[in-house]
Order: sequence, then C-alpha cells, then structure tokens
Amino acid sequence: MNKVMSNKWIIALYVLPSLILLGALVYIPIVMTGYYGMMQWDGIGEMNFIGLDNYVHLLQDSTFWFSARNSFLLALFSTLSLIMYLVVSLVLSGKIKGSDLLRKIYLIPMLLSSVAIAQLWIKIYDPNNGMLNSLLRTIGVENPPAWLSDRSTVLIAIFIAIIWQYAGFYIIIYSAALKGIPASLIEAAEIDGATPLQIAWKIKVPLISGVIKTTVILAIVGSLKYFDLIFVMTGGGPNGASEVIASYMYKEAFGRYNFGYGSALGFALLILALLTTWVIQKVMATKDDIQY
Amino acid sequence: MTVLSAVGEKNSLKRIGYAILYFVLGLIAVFQIYPLVWLFFFSLKGNAEIFGRSPFALPEDWLWENYARVWTSGNMNTYFFNSVFITVSAVILTVILASLVTFAITRMNWKLNKFVLLLFMVGYMIPIHSTLVPLFQFFLNLNLLDNPVSIVLAYTAYNMPLTIMILMGFYRTLPREIEEAAVMDGCSVHRIFFQITLPMTTPVLSTTMIINMIYNWNEFVFVNTFISSDRYKTLTVGIQNFVGQYLTDWGAIGATLMISIVPILVAFFFLSNRIVEGIAAGSIKG
Repeated sequence: MNKVMSNKWIIALYVLPSLILLGALVYIPIVMTGYYGMMQWDGIGEMNFIGLDNYVHLLQDSTFWFSARNSFLLALFSTLSLIMYLVVSLVLSGKIKGSDLLRKIYLIPMLLSSVAIAQLWIKIYDPNNGMLNSLLRTIGVENPPAWLSDRSTVLIAIFIAIIWQYAGFYIIIYSAALKGIPASLIEAAEIDGATPLQIAWKIKVPLISGVIKTTVILAIVGSLKYFDLIFVMTGGGPNGASEVIASYMYKEAFGRYNFGYGSALGFALLILALLTTWVIQKVMATKDDIQY
Repeated sequence: MTVLSAVGEKNSLKRIGYAILYFVLGLIAVFQIYPLVWLFFFSLKGNAEIFGRSPFALPEDWLWENYARVWTSGNMNTYFFNSVFITVSAVILTVILASLVTFAITRMNWKLNKFVLLLFMVGYMIPIHSTLVPLFQFFLNLNLLDNPVSIVLAYTAYNMPLTIMILMGFYRTLPREIEEAAVMDGCSVHRIFFQITLPMTTPVLSTTMIINMIYNWNEFVFVNTFISSDRYKTLTVGIQNFVGQYLTDWGAIGATLMISIVPILVAFFFLSNRIVEGIAAGSIKG
C-alpha cells in the first residue's frame, strides 16, 4: 500500500503541472509587480530603475488616497450589509414555506457577469428613461437625482447595485451554515421556552461565528479588489468621484501606459488585501471552530 | 376567559407577524428579479417605445429582430462561440488538473503535501490587479497576447484554488477501502485514479464544473487586457464594446445583455442545487 501510494514520480506528475502553472501565473507575477513598481516604464521602451520613487509618489498621490477612501467605504458598506443578509438568512432558517425557492431567487443576480449587471443598472439609473427615475416621478418626486453622473449620489448608486449582486451569495453561505446546526439544539431551546428571537441571537449566531468571520473577510477583501462593475458603470467618474484602487491601477497601467506606477499601485493593493485579512483574523480570533 | 383571549391575541399577532415576514421576503424577491424582467421587456422594444412610453409597459409589438440584428451585425455570434470555447476548455483543464492535485494531496503519502496545499489556497487571496502587468509582460514574451490560450491558462490558474477547495471537502468524505483493495490487487496508481476515484467524484465534479463555468463565462479583466482583436473576444468584453458603439439603441443593448445572460439562467434552471452547493462549499471550507 504505502509503497505504491508513495511513488515520488507519480506525485510529481500529478502535482507539478498545476504548481508550475500557479507559480508562473500567480506567484512569480506577485514578486514581479513589486519589482516593476521600482521602474519608470511605459511597457514598450526601456525600463529605468528609479528605486522607491513610485512608492513615495504613491504615498503623496491624492488620487490614490481618494480611491483608497472609496475602496474602504465600499468595504465598510459591504460589511454592514452583512447584518442585513444575516437577518434574512435567520428568518429563512425559521418555519418559512418556500425558503429554498426564495434563496434561489435571491441568488440569480450573483450568477450574471458584472459587465451585464453594470450595463443593466446604467439603464435603471438613466436620468430620463431609467426605471428608477420613472418610478420616482410617478410617486411625485419632481427633480430626481442624476445618480451615476452626480458626484454626491454615485457611490450609493453603485453600492445598491452591489447589494443586488451579492445579497444572494451571502444568504446562501449563511443558510448553509445555519443548516449545519443540529435540530436537537433548537428543539431543546424551544422546550425551555426560548423565543425565536432568542434562539436566533443566542444560539444560531454564536454557532456560525466562524462563517461570519469568513464572510467579513470575503466582503472586505472583495471590496478592496472590486473592479469590473465600477469600471463599466462609471469608469471611476464623474470626475474621479467613484475611483477605487483597482480601477485607478488599471487606468494608470493600461490607459496611460504607466506600467511602473501601475505596478506600484497593484503591489500596494496586494499589501492592503493581505494586511487587512491578517488584521481581521487577529481581531475576530474565535476559539477555533465551535464543537457541538 | 382572560387566558383564552390572551392566547387568541397571541395567535393573531403571530399570524400578522408571519404575514409581514412573507411580505418583506417577497419584496426582496421582486427587487432581485424585476430588473431582469424589465431588461427582457426593453430588449424587445424599439427606441420610440423606450423613450416615448412608460418603462414599465409591456412591449407593444415584440421586436425579436433586435436579437437577430445584434447576433450577426453586432458580432454576437463570434463572441458567443468564443465564450463557449474558452469556458469549456478552461473548465476541463481546471477540473482535471485540480483532481490530480487533490488526489495526490489526500491519497498519496509525501511530506510536503500540507505545504503544497497551502500554496494553492493562498492563491485564492491574490487580487488579480496585483499580477496584471507582469502577466501582460509574460504573455507578450511568449507571444500569447491576443491568443485565447493565454485566457484559458489564466482562468485555469486563478480558478484552481477554489476548485481544489471544493474537491477537497468531498475527497475527505470518500471511503478509502476500495482504493486500498485495488492496491492489494496490484492496481497502478493511474488506474486507481482514473477508474476508481475519479468516477466516484462525479457529483462534486459537476458542482465544480458549473461554478467554474459561471466564473469563466462572466470574466472580464483578463479578456479585456490580453485580447485585442474582435475575433477572439468573449461576450463580456464584446457587449462592452458593442454598447460603446450603439449608445442610444436600448433595444439592441438589451438584446445583447439577454444573449449573454440566458445561458447562465438556463444552467441555473437545471442545476440550481449544484450551484448553491458549490457556492456554500467554496466559502465555508475556506
């Protein structure tokens, strides 16, 4: 048994192709991003080594800080909206008829491409012919906002589309975790006279705290690297009002061909993502997984 | 008497409470679905109707020619088949490679297996924007820019962590007795993998395949960055270009969006349980 299943050649044959692919397309590029970040380079001509100039410039670049602010706002909104998704999942985990069907309906937007979602919401937010402003006018709002072309509403408009996209995803995750709670625990609590609210808050939520932590990481890191929807919906506009780190990076690298500075921005994004993950892991440290 | 009326009051309160709950849950369902219904309707309308009448009205005459028009003149047919080709190639490659890795990690005995698994899992955390410039340069040097091969390889590498994560959960629950008996009988590792283990994992294979399919079908950044000629573009990037050219033709835009999302909706209709399972497995195990 051990001899056959320890054959080094076969292990190498099974693992190496994938490992080489991952190394070439994920791990080496991460290192190279940090390295290219020290170059002045337009992608075609010569690279000039300029040390940490790009990184110093980044720290003083107000556009970077403004996009970082937007990314963190999105992360904050996304984390807060988790509460809403959790409440819906808790309700669905009670005695609700058709809860499976509802969950699936909620999930549908998540399956569509961000490009299609962005194009659809551009039409919904269209100031003149869009669904939203037509609705607002019918109920008597005279001057509805211009949504995506107004600096003061653009972020909230994008965020509503993000909720539309991700609500079902998080509800599915929470529901799967809630289904894992043994029914006997809930029944015991019911016999002891616990109300549904107490059961939800004192039993169900603590039991899925590990999964809640995972979703917080997913929401925050996902927001930091958020790109497609914003890039298509507003291109970071109007006038930079909805720029996020990833869209700024993309514009610098592939719009203005500042490959060096774009790489530095990409590297900063990586550091931010890893750092945030690490901090949340520390802050939300639970006593591993709860056993029942 | 007072006790009875109190119980009655409690029951009717409970009923009102449930009615409110169902109403709110239904409202959320409408919020999630109605934009798509609206999209479907305006994909069948002409501009006169879109700009002149209520956006909530049903289409007057159903202009299916919007679809016919964008399918050929809008290049949608090319984009569509590129999406199919790239999605299918990447899904097959990812699932085979990830199965081999998962088998080697969970079934075979070697020292570095935990470390190698960690290498794959950390890949899940990497933002693609942190690798985009070097990837561009890498594919440029290999002469793979504007070549679907670069896209298939990138999809495979970036979906590998999630795929392995989902497979791992299933492999851990699989009994090993059959494989052990096969070893006793002098079966080779390759035969064990291809003829015993792989067939036993069909349920989870279909889960990972559908999840991969959705991700690949919807991917935007890699295609937008590495592919420049129209004949290799996929639907996501194709509709983006199309909309840029036909800014005011809402009917045509609606039809292209519908063409890009219908395959996913059909897949969801038949495989919703697998999709739900895949999403749950991919995030909880992580």
